[in-house]
Amino acid sequence: MSEKRNKTHLHCTVNGKERDDFVKDNLLLADYLREELGLTGTKIGCDGGECGCCTVLIDGVPQHACLRLAATCQEVEIETIETISEESRLSALQRGFHEKLGTQCGFCTPGMIMAAEGLLRQNSNPTVDQIRRGLASNICRCTGYIKIIESVQFAVEELNSRGKAA
Amino acid sequence: MNEIKPTKSIGVRKPLVDGPEKVTGKALYSADFIPSDCLVGRIFRSPVSHAEIIEVDISEAQALPGVKAVITGDETDEPYGVLPIARFEYPLARDKVRYKGEPVACVAAIDVETAQKAIDLIKFKYKKLPAYFTSQDAMKEGAVNIHDHREGNIERDVDFDLGGTDDGLAAADLIMEETYNCAEIAQVQSEPHAAIAEYDQTRDFMTVHASTQVPYYGHKMLAKTLKMEESKVRMIKPFVGGGFGCRTECLNIELICALVARAAQGTVRIIASREETFITHRGRPETDIEMKIGVKKDGTITAVDFKAIQRGGAYSGYGVVTILYAGGLMFGVYDLPAVRYRGLRVLTNTPPPGAMRGHGTTDVRYAFENLLDKIAGELNMDPIEIRRKNLLQGPKYETLNEMFINSYGLPECLDWVEKESGWKSRKGKMGPYKGLGVACAHYPSGASKPVNWTGEPHATVHLKLDWDGSITLLTGAPEIGQGSTTMATQCAAEILGLDMSRFQSLTSDSKLTPKDNGSYSSRVTYMVGNATIDAATNLKNILIEAAAKKLEVRPEDVECLGEVYRAGSQDEGLNFNEVVQAALEGTGTITVKGNYDTLPESWGTKKYRGGAISGSMAYAYAAQVVEVSIDPDTAEITVVKVWAAQDVGKALNPLAVEGQIEGSVWMGMGQAISEGTQYVNGLGITNSMLDYRVPTIVESPPIEVGIIESVDPHGPFGAKEAGETSLVAFIPALANAIADAIGVRPVDLPVTPDRLLQLMENYQKTQKAAE
Repeated sequence: MSEKRNKTHLHCTVNGKERDDFVKDNLLLADYLREELGLTGTKIGCDGGECGCCTVLIDGVPQHACLRLAATCQEVEIETIETISEESRLSALQRGFHEKLGTQCGFCTPGMIMAAEGLLRQNSNPTVDQIRRGLASNICRCTGYIKIIESVQFAVEELNSRGKAA
Repeated sequence: MNEIKPTKSIGVRKPLVDGPEKVTGKALYSADFIPSDCLVGRIFRSPVSHAEIIEVDISEAQALPGVKAVITGDETDEPYGVLPIARFEYPLARDKVRYKGEPVACVAAIDVETAQKAIDLIKFKYKKLPAYFTSQDAMKEGAVNIHDHREGNIERDVDFDLGGTDDGLAAADLIMEETYNCAEIAQVQSEPHAAIAEYDQTRDFMTVHASTQVPYYGHKMLAKTLKMEESKVRMIKPFVGGGFGCRTECLNIELICALVARAAQGTVRIIASREETFITHRGRPETDIEMKIGVKKDGTITAVDFKAIQRGGAYSGYGVVTILYAGGLMFGVYDLPAVRYRGLRVLTNTPPPGAMRGHGTTDVRYAFENLLDKIAGELNMDPIEIRRKNLLQGPKYETLNEMFINSYGLPECLDWVEKESGWKSRKGKMGPYKGLGVACAHYPSGASKPVNWTGEPHATVHLKLDWDGSITLLTGAPEIGQGSTTMATQCAAEILGLDMSRFQSLTSDSKLTPKDNGSYSSRVTYMVGNATIDAATNLKNILIEAAAKKLEVRPEDVECLGEVYRAGSQDEGLNFNEVVQAALEGTGTITVKGNYDTLPESWGTKKYRGGAISGSMAYAYAAQVVEVSIDPDTAEITVVKVWAAQDVGKALNPLAVEGQIEGSVWMGMGQAISEGTQYVNGLGITNSMLDYRVPTIVESPPIEVGIIESVDPHGPFGAKEAGETSLVAFIPALANAIADAIGVRPVDLPVTPDRLLQLMENYQKTQKAAE
């Protein structure tokens, strides 16, 4: 076993917390988050870039954490589902997915919410077509997507009535 | 004085009780348990489809530093399987491998790299045998038996003729027939299979967390294959990322994980890749169907004569049940005076399919509804009218196979889709390449006879009430995202008149919760719902007794208003906590239980062997209208809109019922237009989510759901099946809509644009030739 592995000093921010870690060069961001930091809210549902369950925000943009090496995340800001709640209060999107049943088994939900979060930061009032396009990389097998669209719309309405951006 | 009323929970749109965990990422699934001392398990899989095992040389793998255990088929000679009559599968292959990807050995090592290196050091020596990848090849004369005890590779041959089919066909004015091929499909549930097994050497005790729909069956098979006492095993089902039937039987992964954990004397986690999840399969088998229907001029069906051949893969699994369901569930939708069925379940050298959503009936119902539509066209009848013509007649709804049908909302479903889709005004006037199609379906609310006949009730639920006034619901019913825990909480809250926030729940942990057979065949709402009502009623009676004593009145004079128990409207009464205190006096914490059992009348017919399969306490019904538009140049299919009516008896939670119906329709759409697991010489070539195409949010159609409530007399508050029937109805409704749009009728599934384009071109050629 362990011939000396190449490691990189990774300096980044995860959920608002500064990180200084030595990571193996072949460590995926998804595994770094889950196995090293214990942030298991980010799920892995496929063998690479197919399902969207591992979607996180990197500098505010939704990306697959399973297609990114942790060592390439220098000086970036990573956000996962664990940081979306507003001090233990569910965010508008989280409330939407809960109350409108945008989640059934829940496995795709963290990735779905992160993709939607990225979308709403770009576009605070998306049309149904824009919601569809924004979530097109995320596969859900339970809902048929109708209630996912309604969940996002719920959040849009709530955020706009509150008069502030996501 | 404020009017005090019991809180209503049934019939109310309720978010899932475990929703907050899911939307915050706090929900822990099997792969999310990461103890610090956890080893990584990896499986060595067969590179060949059919072979005698000569040697599995693990010596070099074992010698690799960092490897804690390597096991092979020598680890256990105890086979497993979901049906007691068909347990022929080993966690790790012994003597023979029978499909490409079958587990042969497993490594437990300190990390992934070491485990993978060890896998690469395993030397697998084998002698190839002839392999069969289609039902036809496996059944050919002279084919080698894949299992010695299954002559001719027939797992099960079903044959019945009820009502005199030859006479029925002779009496018909029109007989039409067609053959259909329906591709094998997989569930592609979001969560790949995962298990974590912790072996406690001091106590010789095994704890397993696994992504399963059937922790009880898993528990049994763990004890069997480990050769441990059943009391030495604890099976826990954490959050599970969907099932749709792929986890309705114990899977090799949880057994292998436990075996290797014991060999390593520690804790091992195995997370299957998506490819391994496809290989583990247990989806819907490829099915070849020959369907023949005879009708009178007015559309009345005189007889149905059909045959189904299912490619059953290398092991039995649920195979016997699937092939019996395919026959038995022909009954119960329409009034059929004569039915002949021949079903062949064939063993092949492909991964074993299982009990996928719409188990057994989906492909046969597709063929039937497709052909019935064609017949309507031939008779110049409206497709909805021909279905109305053949409805079951109440109040008894008799079928030849003696189904126990006490609620039948199919007529109302048809009325709803006809009205809402604008069928009468729009059908036939849609313009070129646009069409409307209709179809019907049904599905049982759980099998009335359990797989393991033990004499225990079908379902048992516990409620614990303690000094703090909170009630804990304990059930073995596996919550897999369908909302079973929410459903059970609603049932208990409704009976007690309390808000659901008074309840907590604990599910599927064999150390804490009562046994439950599992989440499959839509049994949970019906059976666990009824058991919960029973438990809550027992608890309510205890509380009423206590209140009566305290109020010094007779129990029958106590009025339960949920948060208040009083003796008449003038009485101030006792609040809930006071009643709880009174009830706990002298006895302490209260635990009550509730049971549910099916009635013998629902156990299915004895007219043919296996007639018990398809016996159920109630059947849900669906009618669906699908609107399509076809691209004339590319044959791309756009599902414009779906009107889905389902008779669910009573929608305990209309929000969840909608979610189930929408999800069913959408999953049916995948099978109808794009999905299929394919093999080249036994090698799966669609084992990723790019090659196996499920529809995305972009193609997802608008679905209008019509909830029909026929109120089943035996269902919990009248409820029955809600999560499968609408999948079954969608597929033929789509095919019928395509036929309406382009004049040519698809037969084989999936109806891909390639296939449809071919059909359209051939059709145009024949039209031109005719001119």
